[in-house]
Amino acid sequence: MSNFNRRKFLITTGAIALTSTLSFELAHAAGKKLIVGFLYVGPRDDFGYNQAHAHAASIIKKMPGIKMFDEEKVPETVAVQKSMEAMIRQDGASLIFPTSFGYFSPHVIKVAKKYPKVRFAHCGGLWTKGKHPMNVGSFFGYIEECQYLNGVVAGYMSKSKKLGFVAAKAIPQVLLNINAFTLGAQSVDPSITTRLIFTGDWSMPVKEAEAANSLIDQGVDVLTCHVDGPKVVVETAEKRGVMTCGYHVSQAKLAPKGYLTGAEWNWVTPYTTIVKAAQEGKPMINFLRGGLKDGFVKMSPYGASVSANAKAKADEIKNKMLAGKYPIFKGPLKDNKGKVIIPAGVIQEQTDIKLESMNYLVAGVMGQV
Amino acid sequence: MLNEVVPSAFDFGSLALALFAGAIRIGTPFLFVSLGECLTEKAGRVNLGLEGILVCGAMTGYAVSLQTGSPWIGVLGAGISGLVLGAFHGLVCSLRGVNDIAFGIALMVFGTGLAFYLGTPYIQPQAPTLPAFALGDWSTNSQLRNALEINVLFLVGVVLAGLLHWGMASTRWGLVLRLVGDHAETARALGYRLIPVRVTATAAGGFLAAVGGAYLSLYYPGSWNEGLSSGQGLMAVALVIFARWRPWRCLFAALLFGAAGALGPALQSLGITSGYYLFNAAPYVLTLVIMVITCRPDRTISGAPGELSLTR
Amino acid sequence: MRIFLLRLTAKMLPALPTLCAIAGALLMFVVFLALQGKPALEACQLIYVGAFGSGFAWENTLQRAAPLMLTALCVAIPARTGLIIIGGEGAVALGGLACAVIPMMLPAAFPATPALLLMATAALVAGGAWIALAGWLRQYRGVNETISSLLLAYIALALFNHMVEGPLRHPESLNKPSTPPLPEEYLIGSLPGLDVHWGLFWGVLACIAMYVLVRHGVFGFSMSVVGGNVRAARLVGLPVNRIVLMACLLGGGAAGLAGMMEVAAIHGSANSALLAGYGYSGILVAFAARHNPLAIIACALVIGGIESSGSLLQRRLDLPGATTLVLQGLLFINLLAWESLTGWLGVWRLRLLETTRNPNRAVHA
Repeated sequence: MSNFNRRKFLITTGAIALTSTLSFELAHAAGKKLIVGFLYVGPRDDFGYNQAHAHAASIIKKMPGIKMFDEEKVPETVAVQKSMEAMIRQDGASLIFPTSFGYFSPHVIKVAKKYPKVRFAHCGGLWTKGKHPMNVGSFFGYIEECQYLNGVVAGYMSKSKKLGFVAAKAIPQVLLNINAFTLGAQSVDPSITTRLIFTGDWSMPVKEAEAANSLIDQGVDVLTCHVDGPKVVVETAEKRGVMTCGYHVSQAKLAPKGYLTGAEWNWVTPYTTIVKAAQEGKPMINFLRGGLKDGFVKMSPYGASVSANAKAKADEIKNKMLAGKYPIFKGPLKDNKGKVIIPAGVIQEQTDIKLESMNYLVAGVMGQV
Repeated sequence: MLNEVVPSAFDFGSLALALFAGAIRIGTPFLFVSLGECLTEKAGRVNLGLEGILVCGAMTGYAVSLQTGSPWIGVLGAGISGLVLGAFHGLVCSLRGVNDIAFGIALMVFGTGLAFYLGTPYIQPQAPTLPAFALGDWSTNSQLRNALEINVLFLVGVVLAGLLHWGMASTRWGLVLRLVGDHAETARALGYRLIPVRVTATAAGGFLAAVGGAYLSLYYPGSWNEGLSSGQGLMAVALVIFARWRPWRCLFAALLFGAAGALGPALQSLGITSGYYLFNAAPYVLTLVIMVITCRPDRTISGAPGELSLTR
Repeated sequence: MRIFLLRLTAKMLPALPTLCAIAGALLMFVVFLALQGKPALEACQLIYVGAFGSGFAWENTLQRAAPLMLTALCVAIPARTGLIIIGGEGAVALGGLACAVIPMMLPAAFPATPALLLMATAALVAGGAWIALAGWLRQYRGVNETISSLLLAYIALALFNHMVEGPLRHPESLNKPSTPPLPEEYLIGSLPGLDVHWGLFWGVLACIAMYVLVRHGVFGFSMSVVGGNVRAARLVGLPVNRIVLMACLLGGGAAGLAGMMEVAAIHGSANSALLAGYGYSGILVAFAARHNPLAIIACALVIGGIESSGSLLQRRLDLPGATTLVLQGLLFINLLAWESLTGWLGVWRLRLLETTRNPNRAVHA
């Protein structure tokens, strides 16, 4: 059976426009399950980025009509190209989820051109019409909405009015989170500042612990982070009696005292949408984004120490976001060098693609990029 | 607004304190692993596999601590895993024609692979971690209080450095060890068997390196994951050269290295966030510069064991 | 006939340690998996299937082996002169960076062939100079080259990251900080009829060239003399320092070229994905090959094969990603440990040859 299917895949190399319907027919004509492959860049249980994906993938695995394969610790080299090809050729996968940002260009693009019948749903990439193949799609979540809410809660809870952010690299996605977190806190008290440390890579436990300690030494009393696995930052903060906001997945059980809330991915939503489209033979969804109201991201439940007015305010803003009526980046907005980024009266909607190329830190963040 | 954000005067006191705290926090695993390497090299062997042993020790320590509920049993378990791997290195390198540096690299891959393979179920859970002495409770400054929170293993390491220093200089076994490492022929002529001495030294070195690993997983940063080691085991070889094969100097080398490692994050917390890759490379530049200054081309470094392949 | 057999045995004897090592490594691996109740034999079968079991598997293996051949030369060539260099990763990084910088300095529409030549030269020089620096520090400052090359590698990686994410960063590289993309026509394509890029060709060619140089050239012989006994080399008037530096340049150049191939054939720009540990894997390949450039080709294929099979092991048997690392570790431990047989074998071999030459004389006469 699988041989038949695989041969079919190799033989039918028709027009790109027909891709999706053909693979649908194939899959159903043979009464086959949809074979889905997931690739993660790190270990599946890192309490962070990869775990968020692996967890959602395990839910997809249980869906009817699905056969799922996954592979962890796939580096962003030729290895990922070969692993994707192996999933297609050895397992007959017709839908691939390469979940690390670095996979997109050139690796996913290259393999997608070679296998026009297979769908590639990449996490985080910026798919552009005319530039990238039609059997590729990119999905991502507006996690900065949750980071903003993290900031609101942190703003209420902080006594020192100094927040800390441990970040891996100065890339737009990270800057977006740093800025949203800071703006959220400043919506509570405009005098709040955020101190920032870059560790240089996605998983550097000793550097992360040292960064957390250095920030706490500077009087920071609420910490959050954007690294692959927030476990070390959250645990270090808890040991020193400092509050934290989580990231990627809930770290609540790591810090029963200091965990306030957290920005979590809910990858099941985009995964399901893309898988359903493939099952039903609808065209590949090339560009998929969503925030709180679409269920792509969610907040951790509030920790026990969060005050009632913090909860009330955060919930109020969250409800506005759920109604799609709370843009985070709006004028007047200055960066931390004093330059006007968004003039007064201008609103940058959440869906504005320009946000995905952010290259500044808002006023109130200490540091340079 | 802008003026509130940028501190008017650079806070040198805070930086100094951060470097002091970092010296101890980051330096402790370097202390253990460099003492282990020092012991190994004194017997005339180099063990680059200490990197693999350290990672394996970190995993074993965490796993045992989780299973037994006692971090100290975890440290012991880590030590035993290191003892076994160290003895393995010692024994295999006693075979004729086996290059100790090459075998060390093989052991590094094997130890790391083993730790990653067996350590998967331990990334998630939280194991009980090692205690620390709060020596700074008298202070109201939270940074000072934290800097003076001295972990027990560091103190053990300091005592051990002193003991090894004394032991190597003034005891019979220390003399035998040095003789074997310095002049194997003489040692053999005096009736000492080289292999048992070297295997014991390498095994003991493995024990120490694994304890260094357990410090990483059980105290700072205090959890097990695959990115835990940043090459501490490899750097130990450099630190030992730098310390001129004196255990007491290993302590200072480790502290210096720890402080250099804390420089990047400390500067950033004070607002200097650009060029962080370069600041983070400070420990390596520092080591290289010191080696260039202190080495001489026309003679081997003073204190180097004569039988060491590394310095010939 | 007997003499022929004896001669054959004498010829084959040097391969015995390698065969024992492979058998030993597989046995230990099987035991390791069996102890945990994993399907050990099936795993071995899948390793074969994933590494060499099909045309696709071969392409996969060859592709992964290509950079390892070049990075192994970075260890093997200096090793001929007695230096143990473990910092090839730094040369890979700088070679890749140099290759990515050249197109930024060329005028638009500069023809591809000279551009590629320039890129390759830059990569060779950057990688070679970095390793030669370790050699220089050893010859002129007395700094141990193993340590200095490691430190230099860490420093090179920091420089690489700083440049790629700072001054050389392309503004459109957004969430994957990279240098500006190489123009389409400067990219290195696949070998004809194979889904393997030209890096394989250059890797194999470099290994063969180095083999010829090492085994048949005067320079290769001088390297062996320096590696064998520095004092003797000085006594016969060999320019020891220059020979050591040259060996480091060649080795580092090879690693730099590996970096260039990765950039120009795979990534299309220099970014941190280049730092995938090829330099470190090269150390193992070189030692396993006993620093013989031809054997490097075979050893690189074995490592490439093991890495190719990791994907299948994960998907079919649910084994952790680190399984291939364990197997590699076991393989190298065995290769090095069985090396000690070589000494014994030398004695046997001499006796066998003695017998063939003079069958009537007693062996121990």
